[in-house]
Amino acid sequence: MAIKIISEACTGCGECLEVCPFPGAVRMVNEKAQLTDECTSCGACRDACGFEAILFDGDVERVEREDLSRYRGVWVYAEQDHGSLLPVSLELIGKGRELADNLGQELSVVLLGSGLQAVVDELSHYDIDRLYVADDPVLTSYRSEAYAGVMADLIQEERPNIILLGATANGRDLAPRVAARVKTGLTADCTGLEIEAGSGLLLQTRPAFGGNIMATIVCPNHRPQMATVRPGVLPRTGPNAVARDVDLVRIPCKVTESGLPTRFIQVVESVSKRVNLPEAKVIVAGGRGLGDAKGFALLKELADALGGEVGASRAAVDAGWIGKEHQVGQTGTTVAPKLYIACGISGAVQHLAGMQGSDVVVAINSDPEAPIFDVCTYGIVGDLYQVVPAFLAKLKENKQQQAVS
Amino acid sequence: MRVVVCIKQVPDTTEIKIDPRTNTLKREGVKGIINPYDKNALELALQLREKHGGKVTVLSMGPPQAKEALREAMAMGADEVILISDRAFGGSDTLATSYTLARAIERLQGFDLVLLGKQAIDGDTGQVGPGVAEHLGIGQVTYARLVEVEGSRVKVHREGEGEVHLVEGELPLLITVTEEINKPRYPSVRGMLRARKAEIPVWSAEDLGVDLNRIGLQGSPTQVKKVFTPPAGPGGEILEGAPEQVAAELVEKLKEMRAI
Ligand SMILES: Cc1cc2nc3c(=O)[nH]c(=O)nc-3n(C[C@H](O)[C@H](O)[C@H](O)COP(=O)(O)OP(=O)(O)OC[C@H]3O[C@@H](n4cnc5c(N)ncnc54)[C@H](O)[C@@H]3O)c2cc1C
Ligand SMILES: Nc1ncnc2c1ncn2[C@@H]1O[C@H](COP(=O)(O)O)[C@@H](O)[C@H]1O
Repeated sequence: MAIKIISEACTGCGECLEVCPFPGAVRMVNEKAQLTDECTSCGACRDACGFEAILFDGDVERVEREDLSRYRGVWVYAEQDHGSLLPVSLELIGKGRELADNLGQELSVVLLGSGLQAVVDELSHYDIDRLYVADDPVLTSYRSEAYAGVMADLIQEERPNIILLGATANGRDLAPRVAARVKTGLTADCTGLEIEAGSGLLLQTRPAFGGNIMATIVCPNHRPQMATVRPGVLPRTGPNAVARDVDLVRIPCKVTESGLPTRFIQVVESVSKRVNLPEAKVIVAGGRGLGDAKGFALLKELADALGGEVGASRAAVDAGWIGKEHQVGQTGTTVAPKLYIACGISGAVQHLAGMQGSDVVVAINSDPEAPIFDVCTYGIVGDLYQVVPAFLAKLKENKQQQAVS
Repeated sequence: MRVVVCIKQVPDTTEIKIDPRTNTLKREGVKGIINPYDKNALELALQLREKHGGKVTVLSMGPPQAKEALREAMAMGADEVILISDRAFGGSDTLATSYTLARAIERLQGFDLVLLGKQAIDGDTGQVGPGVAEHLGIGQVTYARLVEVEGSRVKVHREGEGEVHLVEGELPLLITVTEEINKPRYPSVRGMLRARKAEIPVWSAEDLGVDLNRIGLQGSPTQVKKVFTPPAGPGGEILEGAPEQVAAELVEKLKEMRAI
């Protein structure tokens, strides 16, 4: 087993039992903790143990430790889609700048695609030190093998310390392929990123077990340290009025069409044009408590009155009341509006995982025990079909008052 | 056509609850299930076999009790199931897992298609699929919601950001699937009988001939430094009274907070 308990040091306090996420993986025998076959060596107990009684076998030094100090600089992968930059790229630039400043290192942005001049100009208005650009027809549409090839070559040549990517469909496709090629660690969907004082390591915090627990991950002995962040989790930085003198590095693309196993043919369906949750300032979301599809008409009315968008829980989407593009949560969209109004949503962790970054949360639910009340700013226990119309009426009244005063 | 499906046994995360008093995970009675998306991958494999003939092999890397997941896969219709299990694999992160799975797949008598779920619900990383593709040196298409095979050509509808894309690929290929692609079948009674009696082969690190520095904790660049339960919300202010009254109060509060 890769994790072991030092019996002499164990006091039987039971802390390991409390934190272990795997049922039956730790048990108490004669007031000493014991691991069973259910143990996956996740290390949760090792970190929780206050008596250093739980150790990794691998707490020994790595044999061929590379000289990690040769890896310098923070990189942000700027994702673009046919010439337009994805908002998540700007969110990452803000965080990347902070990490780079903290380390006293440079911030570089990597941009891949074709016909990128406009994006290059746009990026020069942000606080970045260097911009690597691979502009080649073979990179016109995203393809794992082509993009990963260019990225991995560049990493091997330039040796960055940290790379951040957006956890978009393409980012989550690209990052693990690149990490596997350069043989380094990768942490998905981070909600917190900071530099550890002293070690200078990137502390990567992310939810696990459907948001039931949080884990802080480090990559101590491999470089680069790679992480993805979901869109909408980090605040976006704004552009500078004047373009900066960014060091523009054009990188050659060695990938050729003939060696590639996949081809992008066309877009067959576009769903995002109708609803833009990540950008919304106000979201009115409905769940199973609506009872039927018609309930969303009421929510739409409220959303329109507030200048917002309509969101939904997975239960409402699964029931077929509204399209999947409206789903908020772990498997839907992550949102962080100024105002989130949850109507008839219980507040399952998977839902909370996608909306906890909202500034103000209003919960309307008939069940006073609903977990959504734990995370709300204001809660109303009651029937949404009474509360929402009353709220709408008051809003209209308020608007009229504002108009006359 | 030879299809390999990788499935993971995961704790049912919807069943995991936080104990509000101790702020820790309640674990009693949380059972292991096949990762839901992996069932979609298996269903796709079975449908492709029904259409094109061939064989479906299911692999799972995990502790001995993952055999239960493999039995369920066999009951659903898999031809062959193999458990990849060894204490040396313990503590593998996604890099070590994908390396190990790739070595196991190479040990099979050839393959055309490798199918995985889009992500496992315990870690939600979705990193193992692309990692396996890289270690096998084959092409990949992630987040597929439609897959059609014609000869050696594969047509995939892939979920992008707010768009669905048509992507074409050549076998051999690795594909990860979303829940949208199909509705997994239930095990048949005949399947269950067969699965109950089946001897499930177990491949160890030695059987696979893997590099011991690339598996388990040794082979995992990422380390868990700390695990904690997310701080429970303080709970909001509950507005009480008749609907008109609370609505008026809410409007005032939101105006104060400049939320509207
Ligand atoms: C892997 C995985 C991923 C998931 N991802 C997501 C995700 O991304 N997003 C997501 O939302 N869920 C997700 N889920 C599902 C999640 O676990 C919950 O099942 C879901 O969020 C529940 O939706 P709900 O709150 O609408 O329904 P319920 O839990 O059924 O809650 C309905 C609520 O409505 C209230 N209600 C009923 N009638 C009224 C009324 N007239 N007025 C006011 N209140 C009323 C009830 O009191 C209840 O609290 C995921 C699950 C899994 C396993
Ligand atoms: N231990 C494992 N054994 C077999 N397949 C796995 C294992 N871990 C992950 N997978 C596969 O990889 C997919 C993505 O998992 P993950 O990268 O952990 O989110 C899953 O849906 C499975 O198909």
